Amino acid sequence: MNGFGIVKGLFVTIGHFFSTYFADHFGPKTEKLKRGTLEAGGLFTVQYPEESVNIPEEFRVIPFLVYTLDESGQRKYRCTACGICAKVCPTQCIWITRKKDEATGKPVPESAEFYIDIDKCMNCGSCAEFCPFDAIKMDHDYRIASYTRGETHIYNKERLGKPLEYYAKIRPGNYSQEEAERAAKAQPVRTD
Amino acid sequence: MSDMTVIDPLTDDLISRFSPNVELDSRPGYTGIIVLTSALVDVFSYLKDQLGFDYLSSVTAFDDYPEDQFEIVYHLFKTIGGNGVELKVLTTREDPVVPSVTSLYPGADFQEREIWDMYGIHFSGHHDLRRLLMWEGFAGYPLRKDWIEPLFEEDVKPFKNRWPEGRGFHKENTNPFSDNVQYPKEFDPSGFSTETDESLYQALTADLPIENDELGTDRLVVNIGPQHPSTHGVFRMSAVLEGETVVALKPVLGYMHRNHEKIGERNTFLQNMPFTDRLDYLSSMSNNFGYATTIEKLMGVQPPERAEYLRVMMAELTRIASHTMSIGFLLNDLGAFFTPSLYALEERELILDIFESVSGSRMMCNYFRFGGVVRDISSEDLAKVKYMVEERLPRKIDDLDRYLTDNEIVRSRCEGVGVLTAEDAIGFSAAGPILRASGVPYDIRRADPYSIYDRFDFDVCYRNHGDVYDRYLVRLDEIRQSLRILKQVIDQMPSEGPVMSGKVQYQGKVPAGEAYGRVEGPRGELGFYVVSDGKLNPKRYHVRAPSMINLTGLERMCVGGKIADAVTVLGSVDIVLGEVDR
Repeated sequence: MNGFGIVKGLFVTIGHFFSTYFADHFGPKTEKLKRGTLEAGGLFTVQYPEESVNIPEEFRVIPFLVYTLDESGQRKYRCTACGICAKVCPTQCIWITRKKDEATGKPVPESAEFYIDIDKCMNCGSCAEFCPFDAIKMDHDYRIASYTRGETHIYNKERLGKPLEYYAKIRPGNYSQEEAERAAKAQPVRTD
Repeated sequence: MSDMTVIDPLTDDLISRFSPNVELDSRPGYTGIIVLTSALVDVFSYLKDQLGFDYLSSVTAFDDYPEDQFEIVYHLFKTIGGNGVELKVLTTREDPVVPSVTSLYPGADFQEREIWDMYGIHFSGHHDLRRLLMWEGFAGYPLRKDWIEPLFEEDVKPFKNRWPEGRGFHKENTNPFSDNVQYPKEFDPSGFSTETDESLYQALTADLPIENDELGTDRLVVNIGPQHPSTHGVFRMSAVLEGETVVALKPVLGYMHRNHEKIGERNTFLQNMPFTDRLDYLSSMSNNFGYATTIEKLMGVQPPERAEYLRVMMAELTRIASHTMSIGFLLNDLGAFFTPSLYALEERELILDIFESVSGSRMMCNYFRFGGVVRDISSEDLAKVKYMVEERLPRKIDDLDRYLTDNEIVRSRCEGVGVLTAEDAIGFSAAGPILRASGVPYDIRRADPYSIYDRFDFDVCYRNHGDVYDRYLVRLDEIRQSLRILKQVIDQMPSEGPVMSGKVQYQGKVPAGEAYGRVEGPRGELGFYVVSDGKLNPKRYHVRAPSMINLTGLERMCVGGKIADAVTVLGSVDIVLGEVDR
């Protein structure tokens, strides 16, 4: 019968409309917290910026450099300026200079300068994947809009640095796994 | 090394028949048959008419710089399945002329134009040899090895100045004009004319009969796009109308051209992986799959069992996400403003949630490595996939089916519109749902199985009318078949095991040689042709982009129809401009 297909289709939209309405107004309040997920009832769309999606641990934007604070409150970066991240970077947005010992002039395993041009960075995560020292990691902070580009988008070492505790907070699974591996490595090898 | 080596009886046959015009490519790591330009058309006719190689999958060129030689590489297959044949033609850099094969294989049209555009190789006998991606008046041929782009730094990555000297700067700020513009030496910008569409309009009207003066109607040239909501990006269709009827139509590509292949030849092999995500950005996992498969052919590595299942799982989820979205946006083009596409996007979002959790990014997944995948899937994500595949998606796909398939408006707008016959579809090298909707059950997962697709039980979906409605139905059917594959993947996947064979190296060695790998992406045959010379970077990196080649038949689908239907047809071809324009 002509027109039957349209009516059948309209029942689908009406079904969506009512289920959304009733779930949002009469359903349990927790449903609103699950918007955009598998358990979502009611409205599916996440009302950003009032709400935001839960981001999984592996989510990645813009690398950061992990540091710890020593006794005097100085930042101690894990980075040894080996340069693997600069070599593996597909867009070549990383620049590193290695620090030299002031007395002898010999290079020391520490970066003097570390730049990332975040206009170029494509968030692929290769630097974090191939860093042998767990020194560079991918961030979760995606709110990075700014009014200017140019120099403000070339992040220096100061801007890139984030404490180890922050890393442990945003990626607890990866952190605990890496720490376990470190502890296993640090154990003295038995020589019997 | 490559699956091309098993066609020996064929090679013998060709050599005995066409000797001395035909010889085997005997360089180590290379396969294929070298044909002299004089015998090219004969060999192609023989292959097509006598041996049944009716499907010209890919045509590309390769610059042998600094040697004075271009190679044009053809990959031919049979639509009844099986191994292919690779032909090569050599020509000099000084005066590169090769006979065109468009009379035998119309699908070579855009690909030959692209080679003309990128390498300056002239195809004699091509009916419309204009630049495809760059604009008319562009100086130079970008993919030649001695062509240097603006803001050029070094030939290959990694660039040496990044470490240990280092110095953060925006390259474009170092340009004295403080702009991205830099002209080649022999180019005079004052002589550049913006009236470059003349050649396009000439080509459009060239084949048309003289206007019918009796009725006193005028032909009208209408440009749809590049900024038009129905083109899904910056794509332009230039059409000639008589009344409302389309009499000629040419797609104009290249508004988002980034020269993906040049970038790929500057990159190391691994650095290309995230760039492949950006080709067809709606199905990045498939692109990763194709590239990884090709490089694995060269390297001779085999991913572990669990990784293979993970790959298939991700590729099929991608297909579902891409097809649901394609169906939704086809309805958008028909005028069903956003309700169907938002129902479709809901499922896609949930699939992308899984991708995000597994690979770290929703669309630019960068999940595959040579010999495996980056990381294992967690048990929670696997449970999610299981729930999606077994509970939610079948229900939602049925919902979409119920919602749209019988709708009288959809049927009257789609049935009989944009028809492509089976012969045309094969001739135009159409791939994927376009080809299968025309009644050609050709699916690479079945015709030339890669990875572990030979283990799964699934049907190759096809329909016989070749119209927009059948393309929609084929996509719907394919989603159901993908769900069927996914159920088997979840059942058969080993519960644990490595996901990477060996340790992934950031500058892994790829032996010298060539490989053509192809996978069945959501839009059709996605092929990668890679030549390695044993160094860190590929010497040639070519993408056989299904979206772009599917557009070759667009004129045939649109001519004779109404201009309003051209939008529907384009929606049913389901192009992604990242891949069309590369």
